[in-house]
Amino acid sequence: MSGHSTYNPTNPVMKWVDDRLPLPRLMYDSFVSYPVPRNLNYWYTFGGILMIMMVSQIITGIVLVMHYTPHVDMAFDSVEHIRRDVNFGNILQKWHAVGASFFFIAVYIHIARGMYYGSYKAPREILWMLGVAIFLIMMATGFMGYVLPWGQMSFWGAKVITNLFSAVPFFGETIVTWLWGGFSVDNATLQRFFSLHYLLPFVLVGVVILHVWALHVTGQNNPTGVEVKSGQDTLAFTPFATVKDAFALSVFFIVFTAFVFFAPDYLGHSINYEEANPLVTPEHIVPEWYYLPFYAILRAVPDKLLGVVAMFGSILVWFILPWLDTSKVRSATYRPIFKQLFWLLMIDFFILGVVGANPPEGWWITVGQIATVYYFAHFLILLPLVGLLETPKPLPSSISDSVLAKNADKQPAAQPAE
Amino acid sequence: MKTTKSLLAAIALGTSLVLSGTTAIAAGKQKNAEDISFSFEGVFGHFDRAQLQRGYLVYKEVCAACHSLNQLAYRNLSQPGGPELSEAEVKAVAAEATIEDGPNDEGEMFERPGLPADKFASPFPNREAAMSANGGAYPADLSLITKKREGFHFPWYVSPFIKLVKGNGGPEYVRSVLMGYQEPPAEVAKDAPEGKSYNPYFSAGPWISMAAPLSEDSVEYADGTKASVEQMATDVAAFLTWAGEPKMEQRKSMGFQVVLYLILLSVLLFLTKKRVWGREPH
Amino acid sequence: MSTAEAPDEDRRDFLYIATGAVGAVGAAALAIPLIDQMNPSASVLALASIEVDLTPIEVGQSITVKWRGNPVIIRHRTAKEIEEAKAVPIADLPDPIARNANVADGSEATDVNRVVDGKEQYLVQMGVCTHLGCVPIGNEGEYDGWFCPCHGSHYDTAGRIRKGPAPENLHVPEYQYLSDAKIQIG
Repeated sequence: MSGHSTYNPTNPVMKWVDDRLPLPRLMYDSFVSYPVPRNLNYWYTFGGILMIMMVSQIITGIVLVMHYTPHVDMAFDSVEHIRRDVNFGNILQKWHAVGASFFFIAVYIHIARGMYYGSYKAPREILWMLGVAIFLIMMATGFMGYVLPWGQMSFWGAKVITNLFSAVPFFGETIVTWLWGGFSVDNATLQRFFSLHYLLPFVLVGVVILHVWALHVTGQNNPTGVEVKSGQDTLAFTPFATVKDAFALSVFFIVFTAFVFFAPDYLGHSINYEEANPLVTPEHIVPEWYYLPFYAILRAVPDKLLGVVAMFGSILVWFILPWLDTSKVRSATYRPIFKQLFWLLMIDFFILGVVGANPPEGWWITVGQIATVYYFAHFLILLPLVGLLETPKPLPSSISDSVLAKNADKQPAAQPAE
Repeated sequence: MKTTKSLLAAIALGTSLVLSGTTAIAAGKQKNAEDISFSFEGVFGHFDRAQLQRGYLVYKEVCAACHSLNQLAYRNLSQPGGPELSEAEVKAVAAEATIEDGPNDEGEMFERPGLPADKFASPFPNREAAMSANGGAYPADLSLITKKREGFHFPWYVSPFIKLVKGNGGPEYVRSVLMGYQEPPAEVAKDAPEGKSYNPYFSAGPWISMAAPLSEDSVEYADGTKASVEQMATDVAAFLTWAGEPKMEQRKSMGFQVVLYLILLSVLLFLTKKRVWGREPH
Repeated sequence: MSTAEAPDEDRRDFLYIATGAVGAVGAAALAIPLIDQMNPSASVLALASIEVDLTPIEVGQSITVKWRGNPVIIRHRTAKEIEEAKAVPIADLPDPIARNANVADGSEATDVNRVVDGKEQYLVQMGVCTHLGCVPIGNEGEYDGWFCPCHGSHYDTAGRIRKGPAPENLHVPEYQYLSDAKIQIG
């Protein structure tokens, strides 16, 4: 895809710079002339949305740090100080908190899109694995960020999640004490979480750059899953993808800002408005909604160590997804059985989320266990088998053929729109 | 936004019809707070200044004897979007409080009258003192009480939808607890712990250490409103909601500008996108 | 084909410009909260005033108190110092303006305009050099007033700049007498 650069600056200043440091060329080739498949649908706009959400989180985060105090005696009050006294502080704080949720909404859609259209298959394995790494970094960053306001759920969430590591044989206790820097979650823990919460987003930026780099080497996948064959199949990134991404982003932000301004507490927990108290555990400890499915997997396994292994395994299994899926066809559009399995997985994941939000009692336990077993069965048994057994539908010979066929269906014997 | 809201409202209405009859739901012991309509609810909601001023009086004359309001400063009482007392009134209110300050040149702490910039004076010097003076029960700080307590509990399959419309019911919780003191049912009365009252709305209930704080005419409202228990409970719930987020009105009005702007931008981007893509089959 | 396209092109240009302009306005508006959050917060702006008892300050002595994070110098001046300050013609002053928050803006830097009339012995001023913010040292310099060690500014016994790089007289904060020997700063 990268191929020969077509950048030919007319502006003498740009030419001067480009001859010495080809940064303008890199930008031009990556974000202007970069060819994208012409059949990308709106599910493909979430990469751009994620990029903006990441920048938005980093900017609001840097701003919040100007007012936040990472000390157990002051952290809670300093967040209230931001909400009450800092100019625009109430908006900035909620923008960051609700922004985390919407970052995850976008990333889940982005991942599901990749799974549906088989974007993880050769030659995009490394692109996909970098994506999984990004998701893991996001989870770690989000978790540590949630501890910073030092509310009850911050504290007890931190305690429970760090205690996961006590499941490690022999060294568990040592590791947890090391993580805490003490014998419980305390000031030392808060300060190191603050430090890492500031550091990890920049690591994230680094991995995202690799992710985009890998994307620009292989080119984008597309809804047909058929590789780009000629210039007929593609359009220039600017203006086509740019304006489509911008429109999608704007609509996404309508929903996002509606929550920030009109339901800022909806996605959080009430109990986090109570300052952390190491002596009193809240009745139900629940992580933020975006961790719930994995939390459900943790609780579904009755053994402490195996539960932790299952929880991490449920994400780590994505790393080997390119090799678990044995089908030669990428897109679910042409894979009738895989398509149904995909939607079953979505339902399963949703059920896991609901289970994670509810106390582990009665039939919730059973439901959680069934959903967990199905989750792993999907990746480890069904995907390899279906790839071998399924008969795919015939693929279009090229992207442009599929586009022309679709347009012909829509408006028989008519000129192209407008 | 609007259609989503009405859709959600319809779902909420439908489910509440299904649920009517069941009083204590889901979580078990805590009874759902009575759902009333406050002026500040919804995307267009505003605080009622007179109500906030009445609520502040109730806090000051009744609650403040035991409950702190640590996050609030006296100056907040005059800022826009709140009770909007005049600067002079705030000065007078603050001066009634005694604030510990210091150390002075001799290294001693000293007491002085409060100033508008001071945080609300706390009735007890620390948590331990508060607990010891109240028979071991800690009178919660009320700064965020309507945000940290939930008055509504619904079954898991409807809760996310109802709460998107109704919120967590924090203000209703405060009101219902204040109004909810009653004779315990016969079957539990014999287990009544010493010195506690029966209140099914209380989150850690039904036995509550706080004795019924309000009675008819506990305060005298300057505007002549009849100080019934219900009136005072409603007013103080509104005041404490404001205290939990003094900039709520600014947040909502800014929200309108932002969302309307984004809708305009989206329409323009949609048209531009159609133009750009118009000739290209996709 | 090309003739039919002309009006379409115009409409397209307008649409592009409108979209770009609305987008630019939004981006600019985004900067407002990000910049304004660094301005003093409501709690800082409301910072309490302080009260100072002047009785312990003996003639010829100074104390320094902290107000809004800055030192405030309060000096109980000797009669000689007051004499000296009064004797200076305004024309000799590099900065002829009083810089006193308690008198009208632009008032002349006479000695009486630097203090409260009738309380001339007490000079209350910010201990912040108007050059680059260092704290001037008392009883130093060529004019028996204050001397800023950072860059060599000399102030006289009324805190007025006489020599050196500082452009303005030491500022006098807003204060008032609560009683005969007690002031409230701020």
